[in-house]
Amino acid sequence: MIFTLIQKEFILEWRQRYAINGIILYLASTVFICYMSFNLKLGLVDPIIWNALFWVIILFTAVNAVAKSFLQESYGRTLYYFSLVKPESFIISKTIYYSGLLLLMSILGFLFYAFVMGNPVQDKFMYLLVLCLGSIGLSSTLTLTSAIASKASNSSSLMAVLSFPIIIPLLLVLIKASKNAMDGLDRSVYTDQLLTLVAINALIMGFSYLLFPYLWRS
Amino acid sequence: MKKTWWKILAVAILIYAILGALLFDAPRLNILNETIRNLHFHVTMWFGMIILLTASMVLAIRYLRTGNQKFDLYSVELANVGVLFSILGLVTGAVWANYAWGEPWSGDPKQNGAAVCLLIYLAYFVLRNSINDEQQRGRIGGIYNIFAFAALIPLLFILPRMTDSLHPGNGGNPGFNAYDMDSRLRIVFYPAVIGWTLLGLWMASLRIRMRKVQKQLED
Repeated sequence: MIFTLIQKEFILEWRQRYAINGIILYLASTVFICYMSFNLKLGLVDPIIWNALFWVIILFTAVNAVAKSFLQESYGRTLYYFSLVKPESFIISKTIYYSGLLLLMSILGFLFYAFVMGNPVQDKFMYLLVLCLGSIGLSSTLTLTSAIASKASNSSSLMAVLSFPIIIPLLLVLIKASKNAMDGLDRSVYTDQLLTLVAINALIMGFSYLLFPYLWRS
Repeated sequence: MKKTWWKILAVAILIYAILGALLFDAPRLNILNETIRNLHFHVTMWFGMIILLTASMVLAIRYLRTGNQKFDLYSVELANVGVLFSILGLVTGAVWANYAWGEPWSGDPKQNGAAVCLLIYLAYFVLRNSINDEQQRGRIGGIYNIFAFAALIPLLFILPRMTDSLHPGNGGNPGFNAYDMDSRLRIVFYPAVIGWTLLGLWMASLRIRMRKVQKQLED
């Protein structure tokens, strides 16, 4: 069931390629704006700023990418899904699909960002792992907030208001862990940060799994 | 909640706690000195806030379970008082930090966490106000309330412990454990927590009654 739903998301995305192209373009132009406005190459930009700027770009891209997950669904189609599938499988499929999408986006973003701004990352494997955990966490938080915001009026601005404060704890740990990977510290030094990330992800996913059925009913 | 004995109890405890906080003998600890008396005003606010917001979340769960509008009303008003407590906690902390740390806001992890927590609950009120239908408002507000509480736990209890903080208890300052042992503070601190929390409940119950009357006047 979940697999069919993911497949459906995939086909929908493929049919309206302008949406995903738009997000890629959004990502690329944000990276370029940062590059131009800082007017700096690696060596001049501080590693802390390099890392924080990257995560801010990913955050904004994620909000834009995931915002449409529920906002795009029309009323009639929601009713149709309601009669066909269980709410739990619906939210799980959305979360998995958007985690994948976001992971793709963040890897693309990382490549382009490293291309123009230089690449100071030393432990690339761990940085990728943090990126992966970050994509999962961001997408699961944003999927639920998008579902909440889609029920209210002026939902696009509400989406940012609702999700940013909730994301901050996740983002702080992400920035810290990725900074450690960037500096190439010994992996055992920040394993506890990775475990915290996994725990926060599990917490968010557990809550969206439990809460979504109530949201679905209205 | 209309009984009066617990309101009298709250006032009595608070008179005792305020007098005790200002007049009783306090232990001399380095760095903190006499400012340790702020424990009874500042830290009690956070204890009260956590209790009120936990109650608000539990009531939100009950609302989602039963659909009874009454629980939604309770949940919102408790969150309202919880937010008031967190603002007071920030203000009392800032006044204290002005003397203890030299500036009211120094970007301490716990300060930032508390500010973010305030943002989350303000977003909750924005969300509620942007939904017109009453049942919808209750349900979606309740869901966000529970989700917000889940975000609050890492923010206030896990993240500050992972970094160094200027707060007592971290970075070499005498902390809660050090004066937890001290019965001179304990005999004021725990009653003060109960007193402030009861006062918060009283405020919430007044607002709940006011809202009920307003609703009846509208109908």
